[in-house]
Amino acid sequence: MNIVVLIKLVPDLVEELTIDSGGAGLDLTFARWIINEFDDHALEQGILLKERHGGTVTVVAPDLEGADDVLFTAAAKDADRLIKVKGDFTMANNHALARAFSAIIKDLQADLILTGVQAHNDLDGSAGPLLAECLQLPYVGYVSGVAVNDGKSTIRKEYPGGLLAEMEVALPTVLGIQAAEQPPRYVAVSKVRQAMKTSSIEELDASDLNPDGAAEIGRMFQPEAAAHAEMIEGSPEEVSAKLVGLFKELGVL
Amino acid sequence: MSQDIYVVIEHLRGQVADISYTMLAGARELSPAAGGKVVAVLLGHNAKDLAKDFAADQVLYLDHAALAEFTSDAYQLALADLIGKDQPRAILFGNTSIGADVASVLSMRLGLPLVNSCRSFTSNAKFISQICGGKIMAEGELPSPTALVTMVPGGYSPDQGRSVDSPPIAESAVPALEALRVTLSKYIEPESADVDISKEPLLIAVGRGIQNQDNIELADALAQAIGGVVCASRPVIDQGWLSTSRLVGKSGKQVKPKVYFAMGISGAPEHVEAITQSGTIIAVNTDPKAPIFDIAKYGVQMDLFELVEVLTGQLKAKV
Ligand SMILES: Cc1cc2nc3c(=O)[nH]c(=O)nc-3n(C[C@H](O)[C@H](O)[C@H](O)COP(=O)(O)OP(=O)(O)OC[C@H]3O[C@@H](n4cnc5c(N)ncnc54)[C@H](O)[C@@H]3O)c2cc1C
Repeated sequence: MNIVVLIKLVPDLVEELTIDSGGAGLDLTFARWIINEFDDHALEQGILLKERHGGTVTVVAPDLEGADDVLFTAAAKDADRLIKVKGDFTMANNHALARAFSAIIKDLQADLILTGVQAHNDLDGSAGPLLAECLQLPYVGYVSGVAVNDGKSTIRKEYPGGLLAEMEVALPTVLGIQAAEQPPRYVAVSKVRQAMKTSSIEELDASDLNPDGAAEIGRMFQPEAAAHAEMIEGSPEEVSAKLVGLFKELGVL
Repeated sequence: MSQDIYVVIEHLRGQVADISYTMLAGARELSPAAGGKVVAVLLGHNAKDLAKDFAADQVLYLDHAALAEFTSDAYQLALADLIGKDQPRAILFGNTSIGADVASVLSMRLGLPLVNSCRSFTSNAKFISQICGGKIMAEGELPSPTALVTMVPGGYSPDQGRSVDSPPIAESAVPALEALRVTLSKYIEPESADVDISKEPLLIAVGRGIQNQDNIELADALAQAIGGVVCASRPVIDQGWLSTSRLVGKSGKQVKPKVYFAMGISGAPEHVEAITQSGTIIAVNTDPKAPIFDIAKYGVQMDLFELVEVLTGQLKAKV
């Protein structure tokens, strides 16, 4: 079975976010790009399926700062083939990403294409369903379990409140992974270093970075909260004493 | 072509989801500027009865056996056909397990622009979307002539989209729904739980800031000392540190305790949407800019590990 995992890199939310001088986009000059956390779950699900059914896992990522790290980490987790898609992806939206990736994934004869259900900067839709339509494949998102039998996949799709739907999806398909069946595995830095020596990254050119399909953004801003919490200050002891008082006042103690 | 605002009603097993009413409220804000009607679009099978309290000018009902339960393929086909025929000004979907399976696909299929994660509209037809875990808002003109939009909760109360009268219902033709690639086999009920966190008056909530499974004990000890119940954000559940029944948020439970005490939770929109009914939110976080402080009544900017044992100790001394 050929499994392809599509990875999107996103600015790390732990870093301070600033708006650029134009006022309509993020200033990404110093952004730290990290793997979209749900793509990490997609990779884990791909590796789990390979362990269960055999086959190969190909990981595809856009050429952004940090892509090599993400790809070699995937290799250390036992991904077989690493592809970096060359092009200027800093400002590329998901429509452009999906079109570019579809041109490359088309040739990979994938049975299953896994990607994160969404990313925090999805302003024009999510990469998975956009890619699925470019490839004319079915799409199901919010997936937290995948089994493969007899040329079709049986997936578990999440609804609110813990309800799951079991669905059958014809292969090949694109699935938007919400959570892998087990938490993404940890790999030691030494294994990643080793992967850097033993595996290589193929570089392929993005044929097309066509962004059509998004709305124009007039302005970006940081939300002004209607209110801000009243901050309780002091040493841990002082804060605790105030909290105990507060719990009493609120009638829960 | 019309200036109407279509709202794709989401429902699951006979229950209309709140996001549907939130979207109807958004559509009502948008429709005067657009100069069209608010149209609730209901897909289902023998499901006409669901259309009784929509704050819409009209209901379009699409009935087909393949639409009895949600599947992405069938919804995509039916809606692509409807949107192609009617070309409304905008079509609103939930940014949910249902809407997110459909909206992006239709954007590519029909060549229509998509606005994702819209929280509200302005009276002059601009959208305001929420991205980056709630840290950034993006505003723009709703693309013409037809825009697809997915909506998140928070901008409108569902009650604004409910009505006492039922709007007139018209049936709309459904195209052939054949060669479907996605089919529903069954629903799997949530695992039964020892406690129902949606009914508990005092919740001790932990997030990724709790770092590892062993530290859950710290939250347990605090909960025991004060007589509360431990619950968590999604990363904690996904790690398997607590059972799914303790999940608070979009994919878990909505909660409404008297006090919600959140430690090491950033306040991502998918978490926040489920805690706004709480009486008082108290948040402990090291990051002064954590969005949770914008909705909490009280905040403590502190390393939770410096606080939790001291607090537990003081509570134990009291009782
Ligand atoms: C479709 C979908 C559905 C989702 N459903 C849910 C859902 O139901 N529930 C849910 O919670 N999430 C849900 N999410 C995930 C959501 O987007 C966030 O990723 C998640 O809520 C983040 O959890 P967190 O706040 O615990 O972690 P983070 O966002 O990583 O925040 C951790 C916080 O802990 C703070 N911190 C770190 N160390 C300490 C310390 N020592 N002391 C004090 N503070 C510390 C940090 O400053 C940070 O603010 C969903 C996502 C998607 C895409």
